[in-house]
Amino acid sequence: MKIQFELNGAPTAVEATPMARLLDVLREDLRLTGTKEGCGEGECGACTVLIDGRAINSCLVPVVQVRGAKVQTVEGLARDGRLHPVQQAFVDHGGAQCGICTPGFVVAAAELLARDPQPDAITIREALAGNLCRCTGYQKIIDSVARTLSGDEEAAR
Amino acid sequence: MMTSAAPVHTPADLADALALRAAHPAAWLLAGGTDIMVYLEAHAIDPPAFIDLWGLPELRGVDSRGDHIRVGACADYTTLIDDPAVRAHLPPLVEAARTVGARQIQNRGTIGGNIANASPAGDTMPVLLALDAVLELQSAARGLRAVPLADFYTGYKRTVMAPDELIAAVRIPKPAKADRLHFRKVGTRLAQSISKVVLGGRLRLDGDTVTEARLGWGSVAATPVRSPKAEAALVGQALSPSTIEAAVAALDGDITPIDDVRSTAGYRVRVAGRILRSWLESLRG
Ligand SMILES: Cc1cc2nc3c(=O)[nH]c(=O)nc-3n(C[C@H](O)[C@H](O)[C@H](O)COP(=O)(O)OP(=O)(O)OC[C@H]3O[C@@H](n4cnc5c(N)ncnc54)[C@H](O)[C@@H]3O)c2cc1C
Ligand code: FES
Ligand code: FES
Repeated sequence: MKIQFELNGAPTAVEATPMARLLDVLREDLRLTGTKEGCGEGECGACTVLIDGRAINSCLVPVVQVRGAKVQTVEGLARDGRLHPVQQAFVDHGGAQCGICTPGFVVAAAELLARDPQPDAITIREALAGNLCRCTGYQKIIDSVARTLSGDEEAAR
Repeated sequence: MMTSAAPVHTPADLADALALRAAHPAAWLLAGGTDIMVYLEAHAIDPPAFIDLWGLPELRGVDSRGDHIRVGACADYTTLIDDPAVRAHLPPLVEAARTVGARQIQNRGTIGGNIANASPAGDTMPVLLALDAVLELQSAARGLRAVPLADFYTGYKRTVMAPDELIAAVRIPKPAKADRLHFRKVGTRLAQSISKVVLGGRLRLDGDTVTEARLGWGSVAATPVRSPKAEAALVGQALSPSTIEAAVAALDGDITPIDDVRSTAGYRVRVAGRILRSWLESLRG
């Protein structure tokens, strides 16, 4: 079945089995391997992407359901060669160690910051509760999100 | 990697979905997929086909209509959490939605999927039982019928829904201003955990006297259940310490929990009694 959708701002068409996981279509067919697989059952958030602006586990979405939707992966967060502010914050504040969980955290945090640009620590923890990390102990991730600069601050850097 | 090669029917509207449902009784309805995709990954199911409801606007909306709120079956948890009418009238449903999985699951999982999946541990059903929620079941052949959620489950993962029916919406009466409402979920952590025990409660008080009691429970029986004996122990009584103890004692006859990987039956009986007692005590002014 031919599936058409918008991927990181560009119209995309892919031939896929309708029940194929969006995760596999992104990684195997479209070669966007930034999106990771951890558990494959919705528990770990490593596969988080945005569908129409909302953070979703791509391991739980059959690709047929993204027809006509806007899908954004971690590859689509940077603009004009500049990292997304939350990506920059992870770099600046040590939010990543081994990195396998990082794309999922960054995408989930990008959704949060789009609806709440100044979240407190509790809000951050709630928004990222579906993302697991085996390395950092979470504190540096929370710090990175809390210290993400606004667009204006970022531009003034 | 998930392997289902099954075809997916993608209806254009609700009428189309009902026609497909009648034509393909063995096909599975697909909403947010947060239960189905996990079953497929585990090779626990192998449906011959699916009917995708996710894109149907008729199943999506939340409407405040006079004395009740009508929630479309495909309304996701984030929609419920953000909806002004749900927040104003049904705060325990908002609380329940906020405990389902985590943000990524709340953005995708639907209330109709939670109800139809029929897990005894589903988080919305105890609250919906306490609120006297009624399901709108719809089929092409027989149109709409209204079934109280309290009559929907017939056994473990079994319901009265016919093979040509789907859940179109959930009608939730707006509680009276004076109704006391409650949601309590006991699990291993706040996010992403299946419950050990869930309580949804609604109590109507006239002065000190209980005039109506609804207690909905999760993870204490083969289906989501109400506890009629404990409810009866409360109605017509003043909310005194002895009434509370009578209700807690009666609860024993209402619930039939099991031992499983998450907990034991004995633990569940004790926790159910404790969360009931602590809520009722908190209502004694
Ligand atoms: C990581 C994770 C955490 C979770 N945590 C929780 C939790 O804390 N609490 C909880 O209660 N659940 C939890 N769940 C389970 C699940 O997210 C919910 O049950 C969800 O509401 C299911 O809705 P869905 O739309 O995704 O259902 P789907 O997977 O699309 O469908 C589920 C079932 O319902 C049927 N169905 C769907 N819509 C309809 C309809 N309109 N009419 C008739 N039948 C229909 C389907 O055929 C299928 O049998 C969790 C799941 C995951 C993966
Ligand atoms: S791989 Fe999707 S949530 Fe873990
Ligand atoms: S940085 Fe290694 S799992 Fe999070």
